[in-house]
Amino acid sequence: MSAHSITEPSSRAKWVAGSLVILYALITMVPLAWIMMTGFKTPPDSISYPPKVIFEPSLEGYVNLFTTRTRVTPDALEALPPPATWYDEIVRERNMVIAGPSKFGERFLNSVIIGFGSTFLSVFLGTLAAYAFSRFKIPLADDLLFFILSTRMMPPIAVAIPIFLMYRNLGLSDTHLGMILLYTAVNISLAVWLLKGFIDEIPREYEEAALIDGYTRFQAFYKVVLPQAATGIASTAIFCLIFAWNEYAFSVLLTSATAQTAPPFIPTIIGVGGLDWPAVAAGATIFLLPVMIFTILLRKHLLRGITFGAVRK
Amino acid sequence: MAEVTLANVSKAFGATQAVDGISMTIPDGGFVVLLGPTGAGKTTTLRLISGLEKLDQGQITIGGHAVDGLTPAQRDVAMVFQQYSLYPHLSVRDNLAFPLRSPILKTPEDEIARKVSQIAEILQIPHKLDNKATELSGGEMQRVSIGRALVRDPSIYLMDEPLSSLDAKLRADLRVELKRIQADLGSTLLYVTHDQVEAMTMATHVGVLQDGKLVQYGTPRQIYEDPNSIYVASRLGLPRINILPSGLFGGSHKGPQIGLRPENITEGDGAEARVIRAEHLGDQTRLHVDLQGHAVTTLAQDGRDYTPDMTLKISPKDPLYFDAGGDRIQ
Ligand SMILES: Nc1ncnc2c1ncn2[C@@H]1O[C@H](COP(=O)(O)OP(=O)(O)O)[C@@H](O)[C@H]1O
Ligand SMILES: [Mg+2]
Repeated sequence: MSAHSITEPSSRAKWVAGSLVILYALITMVPLAWIMMTGFKTPPDSISYPPKVIFEPSLEGYVNLFTTRTRVTPDALEALPPPATWYDEIVRERNMVIAGPSKFGERFLNSVIIGFGSTFLSVFLGTLAAYAFSRFKIPLADDLLFFILSTRMMPPIAVAIPIFLMYRNLGLSDTHLGMILLYTAVNISLAVWLLKGFIDEIPREYEEAALIDGYTRFQAFYKVVLPQAATGIASTAIFCLIFAWNEYAFSVLLTSATAQTAPPFIPTIIGVGGLDWPAVAAGATIFLLPVMIFTILLRKHLLRGITFGAVRK
Repeated sequence: MAEVTLANVSKAFGATQAVDGISMTIPDGGFVVLLGPTGAGKTTTLRLISGLEKLDQGQITIGGHAVDGLTPAQRDVAMVFQQYSLYPHLSVRDNLAFPLRSPILKTPEDEIARKVSQIAEILQIPHKLDNKATELSGGEMQRVSIGRALVRDPSIYLMDEPLSSLDAKLRADLRVELKRIQADLGSTLLYVTHDQVEAMTMATHVGVLQDGKLVQYGTPRQIYEDPNSIYVASRLGLPRINILPSGLFGGSHKGPQIGLRPENITEGDGAEARVIRAEHLGDQTRLHVDLQGHAVTTLAQDGRDYTPDMTLKISPKDPLYFDAGGDRIQ
């Protein structure tokens, strides 16, 4: 028998906990895995009953996602020169030819610009505000912080109509800038509160030491506080990005041709030429990737961020 | 290097008067030690000189120039904090180089490398230069924070109990080393310590603080031999000075209380005392005796054996006299 320790869980407790976590992960990953699989099915496979778990993979969904196609008669198809590319070949098997690129690339790029742009702006402004709240004597600081938090007390969509009218008057409707500002406004309260917690934990002595070492207050902030706040900045950025990336309602309401993001676009794929589930699934899969990559890159910081305040090294 | 003066400097935090009308001159090339118990205002005094705290009143000059309104960077001071404050995201090397890379000094990299390795040598940490600051023991961190001050050549070094968390041997090494560096370079230093050996061996001047006031300022010898109150007399000397009613030894007195350092007690004749115990410390033996209900600590004579409850006769030699409030009577 091993010695009992108060702090170390027993190996059986660890085994049970580990199994539960794995089970939970499996359950939550089933829909995700299903979507990723569907992206590589052919349309008939995607709706076959019983559902197919083993199937012959196809890139048809991805081709359909990125193209618009027109139907042609078999005779006209015969008359065409042989297909020049592998995707021409896939399309022709369904008696169609590629008419041009779809809007998905554009919408995806809009998502990247608006999502990362508003994340950057939220974190940038949030860091400065949090630093000021943490370090300077600000009159009515507590009330101001409460006011900032109160902007999140009702769902943002509750003010959709006023924002819609305001944006129309300001010419911000259907612009990248308008969407970046909107998502920043929603995210900034979260950013200020999260980051203030992190910056409060960085002892002032470091900045004081830097001041004495010959640096200005701003240089001390930049060289000493920012690197130590990296954890907080990274986890705040992930939370902000996830909101801006997934936001659907405002995007439907305020954008159309120019600044529409991917979320309102993906469902519209269904309407074009029957229920094209593989194309929708392919769009969802590609849409998931940036947040996944961003989160994986920053995961070390995120773990520390979620448990911050709980453990002090 | 420069002379630093404080004129009637005060600072309060709310109701606490942390520093109360301190005036003193830290001479160019002087090594001034501040003594005082926790809460006496030592750290606040250093922070006022460095510019980290604003004065309520009074004036500070560095090198003849008033420094009110100057930022810490502009004052050209180096400081070792009581809680070592190494930058945790930097390596030891970068911590040491940090002040040299400041926009004020902008030292060339080859000179930085030279100075950093020289200081690392002195502080016995050359093998730790590439560690992260967080991978050091407490004593190593404290050495690096001393090093971060020593790489510079400022108007004044401010050091807040810099050797307090080191073990005895390293402490002794660094004490000698610090004094040597200070003497070689003619640096000006203001140094806070609780350690009387540090105060006696390194200081050119000692200032004693009590509740934010500077109650005496002089050479270590003056403070030790000629204290102006019981409070000051108790700051220096190990074992501590014995404070006793003057009547215990008979005869005539200049005041109601006498202060007797162990070396001012002679054995042979006088009042009868009972031995409680003897403590052998190696280089000296402390003798705790009971003198008519008063505990007295003195030093044992060489080569004599003391057993508990034996009696001996002791008498005072050149005692210091104090009034009932603890002030010295000359
Ligand atoms: N930032 C502060 N806010 C409030 N009180 C303080 C502050 N700094 C110091 N004090 C108080 O001022 C007095 C002197 O403190 P300090 O200079 O740190 O003493 P020392 O270094 O001699 O132990 C103490 O009573 C302390 O509680
Ligand atoms: Mg202190």
